[in-house]
Amino acid sequence: MRYEITPPKGLVNINLSEIWRYRDLLYILVWRDIKVRYKQTVVGVVWAIFQPLLTMIIFSVLFGRLAKLPSEGVPYPVFVYTGLLLWNYFSSSLANSSESLISNDAIIKKVYFPRILLPGSTVVTPAVDFVISFIIFLALMFYYHFTPSAVGLLLIPVLLLITMISSLGLGLFLSSLNIKYRDVRHILPFFIQILMYITPVIYPVSIIPANFQWIAYLNPMSGVITLARSLLLHTSSVDWKLLPISFGVSLVFLLIGLAYFRKTERFFADIM
Amino acid sequence: MDQSVIKIEKLRKKYAIGTRVPYFALRDQIADLFKFKKPKKKNEEFWALKDINLEIKRGEAIGIIGRNGAGKSTLLKILSQITPPTEGKIMIDGRVASLLEVGTGFNPELTGRENIYLNGAILGMSRAEIKRKFDQIVAFSEIEKFLDTPVKRYSSGMYVRLAFAVAAHLEPEILLIDEVLAVGDAQFQKKCLGKMNEVGKHGRTIVFVSHNMAAVKSLCKRVILLERGKILADGPVGRIVSKYLGYNGNITKKNWSLGKAPENSSVKILGVSLVGGSGKNTNTISTDESFAVEILYQTKSDESVVGFTTVLHDAENNCVFSSLNNRESGWYGKKMPKGLFRTTCTIPADFLNNGEFSLTINFYGKNYSDLHSMSEVLTFEINDSPKLRGDYFGGYSGVVRPDLKWATQLIENK
Repeated sequence: MRYEITPPKGLVNINLSEIWRYRDLLYILVWRDIKVRYKQTVVGVVWAIFQPLLTMIIFSVLFGRLAKLPSEGVPYPVFVYTGLLLWNYFSSSLANSSESLISNDAIIKKVYFPRILLPGSTVVTPAVDFVISFIIFLALMFYYHFTPSAVGLLLIPVLLLITMISSLGLGLFLSSLNIKYRDVRHILPFFIQILMYITPVIYPVSIIPANFQWIAYLNPMSGVITLARSLLLHTSSVDWKLLPISFGVSLVFLLIGLAYFRKTERFFADIM
Repeated sequence: MDQSVIKIEKLRKKYAIGTRVPYFALRDQIADLFKFKKPKKKNEEFWALKDINLEIKRGEAIGIIGRNGAGKSTLLKILSQITPPTEGKIMIDGRVASLLEVGTGFNPELTGRENIYLNGAILGMSRAEIKRKFDQIVAFSEIEKFLDTPVKRYSSGMYVRLAFAVAAHLEPEILLIDEVLAVGDAQFQKKCLGKMNEVGKHGRTIVFVSHNMAAVKSLCKRVILLERGKILADGPVGRIVSKYLGYNGNITKKNWSLGKAPENSSVKILGVSLVGGSGKNTNTISTDESFAVEILYQTKSDESVVGFTTVLHDAENNCVFSSLNNRESGWYGKKMPKGLFRTTCTIPADFLNNGEFSLTINFYGKNYSDLHSMSEVLTFEINDSPKLRGDYFGGYSGVVRPDLKWATQLIENK
C-alpha cells in the first residue's frame, strides 16, 4: 500500500475504499457502544422499554387529553407512539453522534482511522433500542386492534434509513462544531427539544395550513413520521411523494454535514 | 532491501500558539512570571518542525531522540496521520500502525477479553487477525485469570500488561512507537523490547521515539537527533546518542583558563563539575543515584578565607534548595594556605525528582563579604529511575522524589 501525506487542500473527497478497509473497526465501535450501554443488563433494557412508554403516557395525558391535539382519528397514544418510535431513534443518534468526537478524544489524539467512523457508528447503535420499542409498538397495535399492513412493515427499514442519514448529516456537522466550541454540548439537549416541537411528533402535519406544509417537509423527519402514520395506522391516504422528498432532503443534510466534517477533520487532533 | 518505505520531503509543521503550547514557551512564560518581567510579545505561530528531509529504508529500526519540544512527537503524529503537515510531503509505502500510547481506547467497563478486541481494532487489526492471535496475546499478557473481569478492576500493572500484549502483536510493515516503553516494570519492558526486536528482524520498519537511551540503543541502529524542529544529526546509534548526551544542553563540567577564571580577592575558580558515584564526571544521573558538585580552586595567599553556597533551580525556575558549607569541619572559616583546593557538595540519592535543573554556585570571603556568583554554571538532567516505582507507572509530581517511610498497622479487627 502506497500513499502520500500532504497538507490538506480544498474539499477532500471521502475515501470510501479506506472506510471499507476499516469496516471491522466500525463494527467493533458499534459493538462497544451497545455492550457498554447494556452492560448493566437490567437497567439498560428496562430503560429502553420504559423511556418511550412513559413518554407516550405523559404526552397522551398532556397533549391528547388536556390540550386535545388532533390525532387524525386514531387513539392518541398509538398516534404519538408512532411518532416517538422514529423520533427517539433520530434524537438519540443525533445526541450520540454530536458527542462522539469529544467523548473519544483520547483515541483521536493517539491513533489514525477515518474519523467519520465515530459519528457513523453512533447512528447504528440506537437500532437496538428501536427494535425493543418496535416490539412494544406491535403490542400497542394489537391492543388497539390495528392490523399492520405488509407494505408498511416493509417500508419501515427505508424510513429508518432516511432517519439515519438525516441524523448522521446533522451529527457530522454538530460533532465538528462541538470540538471547536465546547458550549455546543450544553445547547444540544435544548436544540433537540426544540426540533421535536417543530417536527410533527405530538401533532399531525394536517394542522399546519396546506400552503405552509412544504416548510414542514424541509425537515426530513416530518415526512418520515407522516409516512409511518399513514402506512401503519392508515391515518390518511399515503402521500408517496414524501418518500423522495424526505430522502432528498436527508441527502442534502448528509452532504452539508460531510463537507463541514471533512473540512475540519484533519485538524481535530490539533484543536482538541 | 534498501528500498525506501518512508520519504519525507521539506516537511514543516506550524502550530498557532494557544492551540498547542510548546514546552519551552510554557517554561519561558512561567519563568517570566517569577522574574516580574513584562512578558515578551509572542509570535502567534510556532514552527514545531522546520524543513525535515528524511528517508527511511525497509527493515530499518530508526530512533528519534531530542529534548522536550524538539518536535519528535509532532513528527510521529504527522507520520501516523493524526495531524496534517503544513508544508511538504511524505511518501509512505506500507501498512502503518502507530503506538503513541498503550491501551488507547480501553474501556474500563469492558472485560479484558472485550478490550483486546476493541484495542486491537483501534490499532488497526482486523477481527480475524485478533481472533487468530487472541491466545498468543493472552499468554503474553499473563492475565489469563482476569480475562473476563472488567478492566476497571485491574491493577495498573495488569492494565499495562494487557495493553502491551495487544500492541506487541501488531504486525504492520511500518511500526511507529512513541515512548510507550517508559511504562511497565523492567522485566516486562525487556520482554516487549525483545518482541519488538523480533518484529524488526522480519523486515519490518520501526520508527521509535524515546527519551530512554538504553531502549534506543537496544532497538535501533540508526538515530535521528532533533532539536527545535530540525534534524541536528543523523547517523549510527552510538555516535548520535553520545552526541545527544553531551549536547543536550547539559553542562556538567566547566573549566576556566587562568585569565578568564571567576575570582574574588582570595580565590580563583579553576573548574566545577558534577561527579557520579565512580568519582568521575557524569552527565547521566538517575533519581536513585547520589552525585556531587565538585569545585576546584586556587587560593591566592596564605590568608585566604572562602565559603561556598549552592543554589539549585528546576526547569521552571523554582528554587529547589540553597545550601551553605558553613558547617563542614574541614577548612571552613579557617585561613587557608596558598594552594590547590577541592570542595564538594554531595546531593543524596532519592532526593531530586527527574527533570532538568540548573545549579548556581556562589563563593565569598570572610563574613560573607566579597561575594561572587557563578549563575547557572551547571545544567543537568536527572533521569527517571524505576527504583521507587514498585507497581506505579505514572509520573511523579513535585521537584523532589524522596524515599519516605510509609507504614500501615491494623489497629483493631472488627
